[in-house]
Amino acid sequence: MPDTITFGLIIGVFVGSTAGYLGSIMVSKHMALVGDALSHVALPGLALGILFNFNPFIGAFAFLAATVIVTWYLQKSTTLSVEAIIGVLFVLALAIGILITPQVDLLEALFGDVSKITLPDTIITVIISASVILVTKTIYQKLAVSMISKELAIASKIKVERINLIYLFLVAIIVALGIKEVGTLLVGALVIVPAAAAKNISSTLSRYSLISAIFGLVSATSGVMLSSYVNLPAGPLVVIVGAVIFAGGVVVSSLSKRLKNQKSIRSTSTAI
Amino acid sequence: MSDIPGPETSSYNDSQAEIGDMLVVSELGVKSQNKTILEEVSFKVKKGTSLAIVGPNGGGKTTLFRALLNLIPYTGMIKWNDEVRMGYVPQSLVSTDLPISVEEFLRFKCKTDFDSCIKSVGLENDILRQSLKSLSGGELQRVLIAWAIVDNPTVLLFDEPTSGVDIGAEEPIYDKVNSLKKEIGITILLISHNMHVVMHYADYVLALDKKVLFFGDRKSLTHSQLLSIIYGNEFALSEEEFHKE
Repeated sequence: MPDTITFGLIIGVFVGSTAGYLGSIMVSKHMALVGDALSHVALPGLALGILFNFNPFIGAFAFLAATVIVTWYLQKSTTLSVEAIIGVLFVLALAIGILITPQVDLLEALFGDVSKITLPDTIITVIISASVILVTKTIYQKLAVSMISKELAIASKIKVERINLIYLFLVAIIVALGIKEVGTLLVGALVIVPAAAAKNISSTLSRYSLISAIFGLVSATSGVMLSSYVNLPAGPLVVIVGAVIFAGGVVVSSLSKRLKNQKSIRSTSTAI
Repeated sequence: MSDIPGPETSSYNDSQAEIGDMLVVSELGVKSQNKTILEEVSFKVKKGTSLAIVGPNGGGKTTLFRALLNLIPYTGMIKWNDEVRMGYVPQSLVSTDLPISVEEFLRFKCKTDFDSCIKSVGLENDILRQSLKSLSGGELQRVLIAWAIVDNPTVLLFDEPTSGVDIGAEEPIYDKVNSLKKEIGITILLISHNMHVVMHYADYVLALDKKVLFFGDRKSLTHSQLLSIIYGNEFALSEEEFHKE
């Protein structure tokens, strides 16, 4: 029988790579903080699951889905930006969540607990993550075009509003799945940090989305493995590994820019 | 004629649409926060012709395009021909922050036989390898035109296609657009501030300042008349002054 660390690693592979893949769009949409704020909205749902003894994932997803619909509707019918709407909803949800989450479960809800992951959790996560990757792959190009220009997308018969709604739902699903491993406070980092790191070192879209997914996978699994060695919560370690990858990406990117500049100066002076 | 979904008014008479029309706009009105942006705009565009849309800043030119693309709510009627396949060349891109190469961007549309697809729009291999965000204004416009024409549209909408393009790089772009009209009979709607372009490349002119100031055959106007229609008499140049400019 595999142990909880194995379950944690399997979830890390699937949720980490899917979150990274989804994050590549979120970071380029300048919605990185939206991903982070959205993750906190799950807290009241988790609390209800704990209080009324049903699967907290369902509670978390219900709250995330409701937030996505309310955000989508308010964005369409008011002049408010997505950031402003989610900003309001996130602080409200966090306040309610902290009030109603039983004190003993609050830390686990906020930071996750790999040791509580079960076989059914793992199977459900693998199936849902794989489905999320497939759906994301089918809408990825349309999302990219609608980011480049909404008018261009509409003229190309892309249903921009519908695609954005589907995308936010996919983010909601992956955030809900990641909560068990890294907690509601840090799960947004799974979406944002790998993509931010990949963006620094990518020149093409295919490379960017692939590297985002790989960085997501590496940071999630490394965080879980480290947690089993040092006996610390996996959530913060996943984020720290992601941040280290990000810092490495920044260094590599600035070094390669400097090398390129030196090469071009050398070739110019040779020509002169 | 096919409807682009949108509100219609009863004032439109369907018999206004004729077989050779690519687009019929009737009594079009657009408001934003109770401010009138466009009102009572009516015009037609015949298949295979080019219409230049001119007017002062804030006159509603881009709003008209947004209504034609069904991006904003409007009153009145916009009817496109059943054969319409729209290509759109925006003034600029909202975000080129995405790390994406020109080839990847164009492959979204050229799904099969990429090589012949690219040959047909006249882009060189060098430009395909570049990142979309590293392109100069002229290169970006060429890529956007390629994007717009790659799937054989019947109508092209150009929003200031040479804004941000270096002087000297404008002509090839307009020549390309003009050759598309001549070779494949594409219908062109073009927003431009450049009166030389309007006088050289457009068959018809629609002058807009919230309302239609003028709509008709370009040949029926001199440069000076067109300028005075749009900006008033004090801006009208003599023919010699115009050519000197």
